[in-house]
Amino acid sequence: MPTAPTTQDVVRSAHCGTGGSAALLVETTRRQDLLRGVWKENPVLVQLLGLCPALAVTNTVRNGFAMGLATAFVLVSSSFFVSSLKRLIPHEARISSFVLIIATFVTVVDIFMAAMVPDVSKALGPFVPLIVVNCMILGRQEAFASRRPVRRSVLDATGTSTGFLIALLLMGGFRELMGSGSLLGVRVMPHNFEPWVIMVLPPGGFFTLGFILLALSWTRLRKAETGRMTRPRRWPHGVLTERRAA
Amino acid sequence: MGELFAIFISASLVNNFVLAYFVGLCPFFGVSRQVSTAVRMGGAVTAVMLLTSLAVSFLEAFLLPPVPFLRLISYIVVIASLVQILEMAVKKLSPVLFRELGIFLPLITTNCAILYLGLFQYARGYDFLQGIFFALGAGAGFTLALVLMASIRQGSELASVPAIARDMGFALIVAGSLSLAFMGFSGLFSS
Repeated sequence: MPTAPTTQDVVRSAHCGTGGSAALLVETTRRQDLLRGVWKENPVLVQLLGLCPALAVTNTVRNGFAMGLATAFVLVSSSFFVSSLKRLIPHEARISSFVLIIATFVTVVDIFMAAMVPDVSKALGPFVPLIVVNCMILGRQEAFASRRPVRRSVLDATGTSTGFLIALLLMGGFRELMGSGSLLGVRVMPHNFEPWVIMVLPPGGFFTLGFILLALSWTRLRKAETGRMTRPRRWPHGVLTERRAA
Repeated sequence: MGELFAIFISASLVNNFVLAYFVGLCPFFGVSRQVSTAVRMGGAVTAVMLLTSLAVSFLEAFLLPPVPFLRLISYIVVIASLVQILEMAVKKLSPVLFRELGIFLPLITTNCAILYLGLFQYARGYDFLQGIFFALGAGAGFTLALVLMASIRQGSELASVPAIARDMGFALIVAGSLSLAFMGFSGLFSS
């Protein structure tokens, strides 16, 4: 049962290590490999990995979508290669080897985007090359692809990238809707809606992800309160305990 | 001199790496629980940034012009090696400092702020001296943001935060407010 990430998990995942799915040697089915990363262990919303691109390029849906696709390509292909080469990569040099493999695919996608969709490439700016240091990708290589068969690694990478894409679209949608009153460049809000310009500026990124995390933990706590899920081991003190006491 | 000063202020305050460009968020949220560790992390990042800036100037001057497609790969390899060398040097020269920095040093390799600094320095076409001031400014800005964040989190440790906003939700809202405050610097320069 996935529970809320503990403080230690957050710190560990923030350090780009093998964080997040600490129980990685638990046997899983292929279906779980594919679906786990999509929502229950969503890289951005639950594991809090890859926050830099998730906050930086989601001022419009289009940018978020392009970033999600680029990251998905890099993650799936590097998972495939790391998993195929796992017997050849020496344990001591594994991180550098992963980074080299990832950097190769990032170079490919960077050049491809600059040639095929130059305006998107310009809007994303240096965040396409920065996919190299995305903790989420390195984390999946270290925690999954380097010790699992090729097919399952690809499934896992696909699921994780789908989760990343969903998170980016969610954030991009909210920020574009609030910040400029449109979606994908088409105006959807009523004409007297005053755009919240702050949402497309840097602080809006932090606030949006903050709101989404608050909403997620609100639903989680409510589920725990109504007993539909197992109760958290340590009951968080604060508002809910006061209400229970009253 | 005035231009170098402008680069420094712009990199540290106006275009703060963490709060305006969203790079280096992992240590910003991961290592900002105590002010003392935040200061150390900031120092380590600044040192690596300075070295990276020198290395990028060197690479762009001598090695990369004929093979531009190797830019990203060579940057990341150079950064990883620099961090490794710095770690060995610190371990040899000052075991006390090494123990204090502890796990922070190796983690800097995957800190996007470092790679971003290199890419940005290249994109802006900064020369050797401008690069040094840019790296110092970026390091100072990173340290400032980290220390501010750590102070707020340390100070609010005993505050009664609603249960839903424990930990990351709270940290993100605080970061948003900090970023809002730093937007106030944006009128400092016209460029």
